Amino acid sequence: MGNDIARQFAHLPYDQATAAIARHLRMFWDPRMREALRGAVAAGDDDVDPLLRAAAANL
Amino acid sequence: MAVETYVPEPDLGTPTVGGTETVRVTVDGRTGEVPAGTSVMRAASEAGINIPKLCATDSLKAFGSCRICLVEVDGVHGTPASCTTPCTDDMVVTTQSTELARLRRGVMELYLTDHPADCAGCARGNCEMQALATTVGVAEIRYPRREPARQHASYDESNPYFAYDPASCIVCSRCVRACGETQGTFALTVAGRGLGSVVSPGGTDFFSSECVSCGACVQACPTSALTEKSVVELGMPTRVVDTTCAYCGVGCSFRAEVQSEPAGSGGTGSVGDGIRLVRMVPSKAGGANEGHSCVKGRFAYGYAHHPERQMHPMVRDSIDDEWRVVSWKEAIAKVASGFKAIQAEYGIGAIGGISSSRCTNEEVYVVQQLVRAGFGNNNVDTCARVCHSPTGYGLKQAFGTSAGTQDFASVADADVILLIGANPTDAHPVFASRMKRRLRAGARLIVADPRRIDLVRSPHVQAAYHLQLQPSSNVAFVNAMAHVAVTEGRYDEAFLRERCENVDGYLAFISDPQHSPESVEPITGIPAAALREAALLYATARNAAIYYGLGVTEHSQGSTMVMGMANLAMVTGNIGRRGVGVNPLRGQNNVQGSCDMGSFPHELPGYRHVSSNDVRAIYEQRWGRVLDPEPGLRIPNMFDAALAGTFKGLYVQGEDLAQSDPNTQHVEAALRAMDLVVVQDLFLNETARFAHVFLPGTSFLEKDGTFTNAERRINRVRPVFPPRQGKDEWQITCEIAQAIGFPMRYGNAAEIMDEIAATTPTFAGVSFAALDAEGSMQWPVTAAAPYGTPTMHVGGFVRGKGLLVETVHVPTTERSNRRFPLILTTGRILTQYNVGSQTRRTDNNAWHLEDILEIHPADAEMRGISTGDLVELSSRVGSTTLRAKVTSRMPPGVVYTTFHHPVTGANVVTTENSDWATNCPEYKVTAVQVGVANARGETDLEAERRRHGVEYAGTP
Repeated sequence: MGNDIARQFAHLPYDQATAAIARHLRMFWDPRMREALRGAVAAGDDDVDPLLRAAAANL
Repeated sequence: MAVETYVPEPDLGTPTVGGTETVRVTVDGRTGEVPAGTSVMRAASEAGINIPKLCATDSLKAFGSCRICLVEVDGVHGTPASCTTPCTDDMVVTTQSTELARLRRGVMELYLTDHPADCAGCARGNCEMQALATTVGVAEIRYPRREPARQHASYDESNPYFAYDPASCIVCSRCVRACGETQGTFALTVAGRGLGSVVSPGGTDFFSSECVSCGACVQACPTSALTEKSVVELGMPTRVVDTTCAYCGVGCSFRAEVQSEPAGSGGTGSVGDGIRLVRMVPSKAGGANEGHSCVKGRFAYGYAHHPERQMHPMVRDSIDDEWRVVSWKEAIAKVASGFKAIQAEYGIGAIGGISSSRCTNEEVYVVQQLVRAGFGNNNVDTCARVCHSPTGYGLKQAFGTSAGTQDFASVADADVILLIGANPTDAHPVFASRMKRRLRAGARLIVADPRRIDLVRSPHVQAAYHLQLQPSSNVAFVNAMAHVAVTEGRYDEAFLRERCENVDGYLAFISDPQHSPESVEPITGIPAAALREAALLYATARNAAIYYGLGVTEHSQGSTMVMGMANLAMVTGNIGRRGVGVNPLRGQNNVQGSCDMGSFPHELPGYRHVSSNDVRAIYEQRWGRVLDPEPGLRIPNMFDAALAGTFKGLYVQGEDLAQSDPNTQHVEAALRAMDLVVVQDLFLNETARFAHVFLPGTSFLEKDGTFTNAERRINRVRPVFPPRQGKDEWQITCEIAQAIGFPMRYGNAAEIMDEIAATTPTFAGVSFAALDAEGSMQWPVTAAAPYGTPTMHVGGFVRGKGLLVETVHVPTTERSNRRFPLILTTGRILTQYNVGSQTRRTDNNAWHLEDILEIHPADAEMRGISTGDLVELSSRVGSTTLRAKVTSRMPPGVVYTTFHHPVTGANVVTTENSDWATNCPEYKVTAVQVGVANARGETDLEAERRRHGVEYAGTP
């Protein structure tokens, strides 16, 4: 699902996109979901969209 | 409001007339002003003077056939019919004179020669003939009794709910006109001529005809020729309770007409504690429905007294155990101890609750309060998650509030209607009748839907364009509509500059050739020329209105599409006045209200984010608890967390997750993984198979509270019976809260609404007393709008300026391929509702006993499928078996079914794909394969049917 969010903002300039994705995750995702995303990024999960990966760093 | 004696709703004879120009008229010496065009009959009625009438009724245009309503007008020769004579300035009317009395008696005598002397309706008191004969002074009938052909026509009781007795018919045509003018189906006609004339449902019986059983004909009939079977069985009602329907988001107002009887005297009607519900009659005063109804609201209320209704709390230690009936005290103690134990072991966030769109605002409000203040987290969600959550997100982003922009009556001012992904004649039938009325009067219709829904072509309705777009191409479609408006200079620049933001960014985005109809034709499947023409029709209309349904929201881009429609409306200046707007047709009676009441995990009541310190402080002060500033889990997240082992307990108020949510196997596995599932419902539904505690709920006939419909109209729900299982649902929730240590207490439902009003700015002026006085109110109800707000965003948007969002078309990841070459969409049918737990327990099963798969002839032929065949429907996640119907309503490559029957389990095949912003499931796009079921499949289906008590239906 995080990748679906990333795809929706992919048309924006990189910084705007990652900020918008991070804002969406903060507004709508339960903390444990955000934690799971950070975990996936930290574990090097290849399935995580690069934009989402960058956004996760801003959470 | 309950009244002590039965009084029919007043009938002023002819419809009200709008307009500001008035004329001065004197009737029987009383002088007053009425709008120009008002009939003499209506002017007299409004002055308290009732002119005798037979063929006139105020829901129908004047017909002028019965000649009973004759009057004398000064300076006018003869005795004109008052129903067809408009008032003119300084007109002087006399309604009673010796000559008028003589004429009326003579006409009435002639009618009575056709009317049976032993009319059962006259004896019962529901035939206007008897009363009228007395009114006009018929003491004898001087003419020989005649036997018109209809007195020998067959008594027709084929419809489950009403009977047609041609012998009692006087051929006044009220039923025929009601079927056309009110309902818009045109199923009835007068066949034959003279004494041979007879009202006929098209030369067949009612059940076999085009009749949709809305009951408008029954309501219009002045004799007992068309009568509810319940009235035949029980007799006439003795009093009335005004209340609101519990089916779709139209939220029709009804008069529940009842008989009181000594407690325990029994009977076969809807019996409850000494009260029998005789019939439901739609209220003319109802703002949403104005006297109309559908087959569900008027007739399908018998489920409230179905034998499968659960009346006692039950518990069990394991879902493999049998249920054990216990006291309320024991059941609630088990709920509280179970939830507390889970939180002690797994943490505060390990439990949650789900509120119901079939419950009242007050019942929903206490559920979210229980979760936020009692459980101490924000793990609350509602069934809007699986239908209109993208509406909430999209309209909030664009306009600043999560609701439709208009009232239903606004459609009467629309010149072009753009209907996207909605099938109102099945899912919102009473609004569909309004829409058809406007279309018959000349409005143009654009239908964007893969299916050829009835509104594409039906009696006296022909869509200007049917854009048969491919599932998952909505955003590309709506962008192309806006592209044409902008690039062809048909947009409202002044509106954009004054009222909107991101104007230049959006205009640059949407002008890009990638959004042209020609560019998106390979995606949408819509011929570019047709899309261009449709776009110009919409963009150049004086008033263009968008209406949409789940065909918009239940996509992976649902939220984007909602914003795309908002863009289109703003670009063309179609916001902020009557006849325009962006209007969601919401699915369940109180889905708007359940969202308003703070059922989403990220929002407190009134759509205010939980991260707002100021908003949390309002509730923290009132509830005495610190609230979590972080969003909680949504329903699909709860399932995922359950399977991950971090979510272990769930309180489910009136929702059948196991039947309604996608990917049934996943849902069932999640429910199995929980330690405590509490189901509060009328019936042991599919979800209850995984429950440890069952708490019996109340039907709408027992509720005291409010529902909020799709036009933001807050309507009162008043109890016809006391709660049959002994408790109001809000009381149950309060007792759970108290048992876990949160002292949530209210004396009655009105107190809950008072708290909602005190804490939610958009509800500030709402109270039961105000609603009782006004009938209904559309939020926002504030000091600036004390009687509510029919049209939103007049002069400015709730968020200030409307936000134009660059809506990029992102295709779904669900793709058809060689193994699953077809796309499945799901939806509703007229006579069944949602998961069917209510309608399947009524005689509505006569029309739709099982879910049917609709498939295009070409797709059927290449698979060897004929109508009536059992077919296997399979997707990447599961398969089910159902019967096929071969129909050109479907485009090639797309199949369709409903999800009303657990025996079919359509959601066995739907996937977990969901809207990117809200997790609303992508029910409208599932890649599937269809094939003739093998013998084993058939055996399995029949076994399932027996398990669910469904009789074999044969070929549909």
